[in-house]
Amino acid sequence: IACLVMYFFAEFDDAANLLAANPDATTISIDEPVEIPKNQQNRLQEPGREEDDELLGTDDSDKTELLAGQKKSAPFWTFEYYQTFFDVDTYQVLDRIKGSVFPVPGKNFVRLYIRSNPDLYGPFWICATLVFTIAVSGNLSNFFIHLGKPTYHYVPEFRKVSIAATTIYAYAWLVPLALWGFLMWRNSKVMNIVSYSFLEIVCVYGYSLFVYIPTAILWIIPQKVVRWVLVVFSLCLSGSVLVMTFWPAVRDDNRRIAVATVGTILLLHALLAVGCLAYFFDAPELDFPAPIIPAHNGTTVITKSH
Amino acid sequence: FPGLADVSISQDIPVEGEITVPVGSHSPDEDCSTLDEPVKDTIMRDLKAVGKKFVHVMYPRKSSALLRDWDLWGPLVLCVSLALMLQGGSADSKDDGGPQFAEVFVIIWFGAVVITLNSKLLGGTISFFQSLCVLGYCVLPLTVAMLVCRLVLLAGAGTVSFIIRLIVVGAMFGWSTLASTAFLADSQPPNRKALVVYPIFLFYFVISWMILTFTPQ
Repeated sequence: IACLVMYFFAEFDDAANLLAANPDATTISIDEPVEIPKNQQNRLQEPGREEDDELLGTDDSDKTELLAGQKKSAPFWTFEYYQTFFDVDTYQVLDRIKGSVFPVPGKNFVRLYIRSNPDLYGPFWICATLVFTIAVSGNLSNFFIHLGKPTYHYVPEFRKVSIAATTIYAYAWLVPLALWGFLMWRNSKVMNIVSYSFLEIVCVYGYSLFVYIPTAILWIIPQKVVRWVLVVFSLCLSGSVLVMTFWPAVRDDNRRIAVATVGTILLLHALLAVGCLAYFFDAPELDFPAPIIPAHNGTTVITKSH
Repeated sequence: FPGLADVSISQDIPVEGEITVPVGSHSPDEDCSTLDEPVKDTIMRDLKAVGKKFVHVMYPRKSSALLRDWDLWGPLVLCVSLALMLQGGSADSKDDGGPQFAEVFVIIWFGAVVITLNSKLLGGTISFFQSLCVLGYCVLPLTVAMLVCRLVLLAGAGTVSFIIRLIVVGAMFGWSTLASTAFLADSQPPNRKALVVYPIFLFYFVISWMILTFTPQ
């Protein structure tokens, strides 16, 4: 028991806090079967079971599978099975969103916030909000850019909503699927300390997309510099959440593969941001009140910034 | 129990009493005679039920009539009329225009189903069709807003008309959200109310956006 305790102690940055809070907790957990507590959060004063679950559930991959199986014990064709994916309270969702927008360096989002209670509420509704935010903001931004031109007639561009929905939902579900498959494959070759279930990866991706929502709203501002600064800023924030989550899962692997994996994750994330900016938001023009300024020889008062 | 050890049941206690089966004094004769009643009565009964629910939506009070006797006629009528009124928008190409009839239909019904599933998955106690009924009926203020917008657009399409439309749609959006929240929020566990109310907000926001951005030819 002491050896196991030392092993877990070495692996976790915040283990010291938890063990200091509840030194007896680990011994209890090893003897008895652990039942997953329903509402976990980042609170040190909760009784020992949550810390044990965090120590055992997210570090040891075997235990993760076992505990995950214990939790979702209803058969998959019943309604109760899917209810286990929505077992979150309002404050938990808000905490997870806060954790994705303000990533703490060194802290793993999954370990800190999700802790074996991945939910589908966050990913689904954040993606839905993002779809409509991008469509509405793009429409508004195009309206303001082209306002005042005599030939411009406003169109709602409703078709873009379905395109946005397809893109964002595909990204939020297919990329985690591919990543999970890849990590499982590498896990079979190289024993990794940290491994994630599919739902946890979906959860991380879903919550990491949250920072794009205020970014999309701010993209209405029709200045190229502002937009690209926003892209870089939001990419740093959400990218760092993803990197800090997945680096521990691949760092024990071959160096090149680890770097390539993390690089691909970041590249796809950047592609999503840049692609949305390019497709939904027309390029702003350099001179705004173009129709008012009398044009010399009719030539370029308006310069297209392409 | 020590005190009962010497209690014995005498064999000759007479059993008395009355066993009566209460006969339903007014057996529901509607069951027999709804087949015989004139068609006008049948239709008027359903129409009155729908109309009563409309009134409940416009003046939301904590009445359970909307929930108890759910029906989907009202939502269907509202959805079809809203989708019809959203037709006729201008577009240079088919891709850039407003939502098609089928798109409005799908958004309203699929959106309502998803919100209902969401609230049930979060542990709500309301039944599936009751929730659909409430969400559908609470589209009524937005349908009224669409009507007003079309009338305002007949008068002109300038900035003033846009501001009027913005105010009307905004007010109706708030009304819809408040009305549906008043009916639905009570059936949720208290620490998850915001999680259930937010999708309803998003749903009516999308419908309001479709109404506000309608531009006629």
